[in-house]
Amino acid sequence: MADLVIEREILIEAPVEVVWRTVTEPDQMSQWFADRVDLVVEPGAHGYMQFGDQGGPVVVETVDPPARFSFRWNHPREEEPVAGNSMLVEFTLTPEGAERTRLRVSESGHELRAWPDAEKQRYADEHRGGWAEYLDRLASVLAKPSR
Amino acid sequence: MTALADDELWSAIGDPSRRQVLDLLVSNGDVSASWLAGRVPFSRQAVAKHLAVLEQAGLVSRRKQGREVLYQVQAGRLDQAARAMADLAAQWDRRLGTIKRLAEAAHAQAKKSEAPAPPSNQT
Repeated sequence: MADLVIEREILIEAPVEVVWRTVTEPDQMSQWFADRVDLVVEPGAHGYMQFGDQGGPVVVETVDPPARFSFRWNHPREEEPVAGNSMLVEFTLTPEGAERTRLRVSESGHELRAWPDAEKQRYADEHRGGWAEYLDRLASVLAKPSR
Repeated sequence: MTALADDELWSAIGDPSRRQVLDLLVSNGDVSASWLAGRVPFSRQAVAKHLAVLEQAGLVSRRKQGREVLYQVQAGRLDQAARAMADLAAQWDRRLGTIKRLAEAAHAQAKKSEAPAPPSNQT
C-alpha cells in the first residue's frame, strides 16, 4: 500500500488516563482539532467534524483505552472510508511513569488517485487548490485562542 | 502560503518506492532508467512506471543525450512537496501542543482538588 505517513510525538506531564480523555472526548477534541465535533467514541461510529464553515465525516476505527485511538477522515462522501480513499489518524499513548505520557500521532494514506474524477474535482473545488492550502486554513482556524 | 500540493504531487511522493527513486535522482543528478534499476530492489518496468508518475507530477524531467534518456529532479517542485509535507507535520505539532496544554491543565486541576474540596452544594 503506497502511503504517505506523517509521524509526530510529544511528552506530556500528565497521567495516561488524563491524556486519553483529552484526545478522545468530543468536547476536548473541539479545542484541539475541529471547531465542532459530533462523535461517539466507539469503533465503527460515524461522526462529523466542522472546521470553520466547512466540515467532513469521520469514522472511528480503533478505541483501545487508554492506549490507542484512531479514525479515518477525508474520504469521499457516500463511500465507506477504507484504506485508499481516506486518511487514517492514529494516536498511541504510552505511560512513562505515573504522571507522564508519551503521545504519538501518525497520519497516513490519502491516495486521491483512486477517487472518481468527479469526486476529485469536488474535493479540489472545495479545498481550492489542494491539501497544503487546506491545512494552512486549518492552521489559522486552530491558532485562534480556545474557548 | 503560495505553495500548493495537488493530488498528483501527493500521490507521487506518497509511495516509498518512488521516494527511493527520487532520493537517487536528488543525490546523483542526471541518470538513466537502467542506472536507477541497478540500484533499487524492484524491476526495470517498475522504475519506468515510477519515473512516469514522477514526471507527470512535475517532479522529474528528462532529456535525450545521444541514445540515452536521462532524468533529473525539478528542484522547485520538490521543494514545494517538501514544504507541503513539513506543513502537515507542523500542523500536528500544533495540535499535539494544544493537547499537552489541555491535559497538563486538567491534571493540575485534579491534583489541586485532591485536597478535600469544598462541597458544591449550591441551590
